[in-house]
Amino acid sequence: MKEFLEGSKAIAEIVKFCKPGVISAYPITPQTHIVEELAQIVADGKLNAQFVNVESEHSAASTVLGSVACGVRSYTATSSQGLFLMAEVLYNISGMRFPVIMTTAARAISAPISIWNDHQDVVSLRDSGWIQFHAENIQEAVDLHLIAYKLGEDKSIMLPVMVCIDGFILTHGVETVNMPSQEDVDKFLPPYNPPYKLDVKNPLTLGPLVDPEFYTEARFALNETHKEALELIPKITLEFSKVFGRNYNGLIESYQVKDAERVIVAMGSVCGTIKEAVDELRRKGRKVGLLKITSLRPFPVSQICEALKTIPKIAVVDRALSMGSFAPLASEIKAVFFGKLKKPKIISSFIVGLGGRDITKESIKEIFRLLTGKEKQGEFIDLKPELLKESYE
Amino acid sequence: MSKTLFNSGHTACAGCGQSMAARLVIDAAGPNTIVANNTGCLEVFSTKYPETSWGIPWIHSLFENAAAVASGIESAIKYLGKGDEINVIAQAGDGGTADIGLQALSGMLERGHNILYVCYDNEAYMNTGVQRSGLTPFDTNTTTSPVGSVSSGNLRPKKPMPEIANAHGIPYVATASAGFPQDLQRKVKKAISIKGPKYIQVHVPCPLGWRHETNLTMQIAKLAVETGLYPLIEYENGIISARRSITPKPVEEYLKLQGRFKHLLQDPEEIKKIQDIADNNIKKYGLKVELQQ
Repeated sequence: MKEFLEGSKAIAEIVKFCKPGVISAYPITPQTHIVEELAQIVADGKLNAQFVNVESEHSAASTVLGSVACGVRSYTATSSQGLFLMAEVLYNISGMRFPVIMTTAARAISAPISIWNDHQDVVSLRDSGWIQFHAENIQEAVDLHLIAYKLGEDKSIMLPVMVCIDGFILTHGVETVNMPSQEDVDKFLPPYNPPYKLDVKNPLTLGPLVDPEFYTEARFALNETHKEALELIPKITLEFSKVFGRNYNGLIESYQVKDAERVIVAMGSVCGTIKEAVDELRRKGRKVGLLKITSLRPFPVSQICEALKTIPKIAVVDRALSMGSFAPLASEIKAVFFGKLKKPKIISSFIVGLGGRDITKESIKEIFRLLTGKEKQGEFIDLKPELLKESYE
Repeated sequence: MSKTLFNSGHTACAGCGQSMAARLVIDAAGPNTIVANNTGCLEVFSTKYPETSWGIPWIHSLFENAAAVASGIESAIKYLGKGDEINVIAQAGDGGTADIGLQALSGMLERGHNILYVCYDNEAYMNTGVQRSGLTPFDTNTTTSPVGSVSSGNLRPKKPMPEIANAHGIPYVATASAGFPQDLQRKVKKAISIKGPKYIQVHVPCPLGWRHETNLTMQIAKLAVETGLYPLIEYENGIISARRSITPKPVEEYLKLQGRFKHLLQDPEEIKKIQDIADNNIKKYGLKVELQQ
């Protein structure tokens, strides 16, 4: 059914349809509307779940770790500093192979404190062992939650999944969303039935101490599962399209890439703006395109390589930094082509939209324009040099 | 030999008070129990993969989050409609409870989860090599509160954890000791018969960190109680409902058996300060036996 919904409400609704038995969260802007909606849904008796209001994000993540360990589907959501406070627990959840599903409202990190959107929080957690999806719009955000539960809870995967949605832009933005029915969700998503859990009838010890004899293999297995997830994601999205009629690749999306001479690689809501800029430039005869990364982890190396190997010029748009080094997504895209014979001549790297600075179509066109010149390394777009003149002296 | 839910073969040190207390606690709680354990000695010595001592479902996540993990377990059990059948225990050492885990514990107590929290108090970070914690006693020699030419050990008395737990308005708080096994098991059974959050703090000697002979664990645990340094008390609904009466022994009898207090033995002034702590406890909690006329 098509509804005009705020992103947070749409996500709360889809989480309701997934029927988690335990929800735990700590409020942080701009995640709040999601958990407020869910608290109301539980208070109204529309979802039979325990809603645990904890005293920190560290405990929110720990609480859903405990509940999912009992074989009960669980959900949490956070953002920015909250994600960082969770970080220790997030590595633990993936290491213990618990399929917690979390929405992360991507937001800048302090200092200076900023409540607005970029990707510095989520990208910093790319090595946490979680599968990490990035949504372009509210519809995709809704659909990725369903895909996340199906994927994470698959017995061959058993991994947590983070669905990253751009803070405010998607959490507080309003769109027409095609909301699935409970019936269709039930058809797509079977009840959670884990191969191991805390059960007094079959007592297991979970989270033991391992010595060097075993540790490497546990981490190796986690890494291998990410590779297996790369194979499974397209199968799940195919199944998704059969039930819901919307097609996703789940790993990447190519937009006007085939004959393109210049392609931007990006993640999240900025992809919508890029698509519009591409359309406008195409109307003027420019051969430009977009490669959207939906799955940052696992990173679809061969798919990206296949999609971009014949494109002469690539611009990677990062909304995050790796201080003192290449921008995070740019360095990974460069790594995809390192040592390859067939590869783009230029892979330029641009930093945009930190701390909620608007990324306009003009910003995007500027990137396409700069791509006609020399290769750029971590070039800031829309930087205000006049602000850098202030000094303490 | 009677059956236990905490099996031997683990790697605890000889004379470990925590391993004895942990066995007493889980055997009192029984098989319908799920345990969430903080990082610490107990977790390390009882679960070295691929072996485990635990005969009940048991989970360890991190150093400071057993109370939050247990909150999730209890919520899941409630969701599954098994809240009345299964006990949930969160357990940790003194550092995991009074320092790094205090926030998660406070949240668990405040939210009213039906969980028994057990703190095994060996009065320092023993797993990392005897560093001081918030529950290390005054004047204790540890590796991070060392005795030196201008220091006589730990600067501050123990954080009053039982009172902090009690201040949350929870139905049951107790202190116990590895030196009084029946008393400890009675308190565990009583705690799990009460709905809501419960807190038990068990004094557990550590021969390695306290530097005492491994055959003195029980004796030292008893002396802590009998000197008034570790009062055994119970709070029910906020009010002290029971205490173990003692005929107080001088603190020196307790101190002199332990290397961590060795530096005090030639220093009557410092011993006096510790005797004052015991005397204050005796007065505050009414521990002294009044002989009947």
